[in-house]
Amino acid sequence: MIDIFFPFQRLADDVTFKVFNLTPSSYIADALNFFMYDILKIGFLLLVINYFMAVVRYYLPIENIRSILSSRKWYGLDYLLAALLGVITPFCSCSSIPLFIGFVSAGIPLGVTFTFLISSPLVNESSLILFPALFGFKIAFLYNLVGILISIIGGFLIQRLHMERYIDPTFLNIKSASIDKSVHKHKKILVLLKHWWKEGFTISKTIFPYVVLGVALGAFIHGFVPKEFIEHTFLTKGFLSVPLAVLAGIPLYANSVSVIPFVEALVGKGIPLGTALAFMTSTVTLSIPEALMLKKVLKVPLLLTFFSITSVGILCIGFLFNAL
Amino acid sequence: MTIQVLGSGCSTCKKLYEITKETAQHLSLQQEVEYVSGSEGMKKIVELGLMSSPVLVVNGEVAMVGFSSDMKVIQEKILSILNKK
Repeated sequence: MIDIFFPFQRLADDVTFKVFNLTPSSYIADALNFFMYDILKIGFLLLVINYFMAVVRYYLPIENIRSILSSRKWYGLDYLLAALLGVITPFCSCSSIPLFIGFVSAGIPLGVTFTFLISSPLVNESSLILFPALFGFKIAFLYNLVGILISIIGGFLIQRLHMERYIDPTFLNIKSASIDKSVHKHKKILVLLKHWWKEGFTISKTIFPYVVLGVALGAFIHGFVPKEFIEHTFLTKGFLSVPLAVLAGIPLYANSVSVIPFVEALVGKGIPLGTALAFMTSTVTLSIPEALMLKKVLKVPLLLTFFSITSVGILCIGFLFNAL
Repeated sequence: MTIQVLGSGCSTCKKLYEITKETAQHLSLQQEVEYVSGSEGMKKIVELGLMSSPVLVVNGEVAMVGFSSDMKVIQEKILSILNKK
């Protein structure tokens, strides 16, 4: 396969060995090379992702997704649809409540709503675009497939448990105006291209500092932390490593793009892929800010069910990729 | 005239409120910028038919959905509704 990121590697090599004149395979050279290459590559992909997402949001705003899901009876297909729509919808814990109430008050079944809520952070634009670039197509495909399956099964379970009574009833009676966001579709393509670029660039700019932080941490591990240290300090093998990785990820909350370079460095140092992915997914999906946010509308039993199902899903991802 | 920032109470919403306040001062608008958060804010957002937060509302009309840290953008959005009349 031709490596489309070859120019980035060239540039990173040039900076490391020619500009800074570092000795190949010294600690500092390894770290700097990793840092340069990953900053360029992930920075580039970040722009691509956010541009792509701006286009998706323009043609398929979340309000229209709600109309699609509530427009007719789907006979179970709505779970699949909700999972797929969750993949392309960017997720921010800020919006989880308005989104949740908006879905439920529009008559979308609770299970389908949760399928969407699980799939949205679990499988996302970065697992679609960054994973193939970092871990290869096979892993990326499998991860996204398993993520979609988990969200469908999770939503289905919540529906089966009939947990509607655990939603704060004051929110269920809100009359929501239905709005059509497709009115502004007469703009010229050039105007649109510029608009998407601007929107994507603005978002990339806000995430970029965190990506730099993630890459710096990754570069440090890559260059300076010996493999033996990681193997001795962390339980890398064995049954417990995956649950521990999930637990470690809960108090941390980060954008998936910024955790990926860190995970990439850990995998390079011998942490099994499944354990590393479990850590990453847990950081991105299970977060305390989101739980506190959702607690305003969900009563504890439903909230706990939601988090347990997601945790079990992440454990499955961890064990599955460790077994590969 | 009213300017409101509706939010679920997250930090991004608060940030938008701060920036909007600054923008309103910059435009020397007399109106106070109102921050509606928590349950009240979420109810309002859903009532407007929206599903993302935060939301910037000017004179009851939705001026912007989502966050921007750019004062120029916020200024533009506020003025686009004020100049409608």
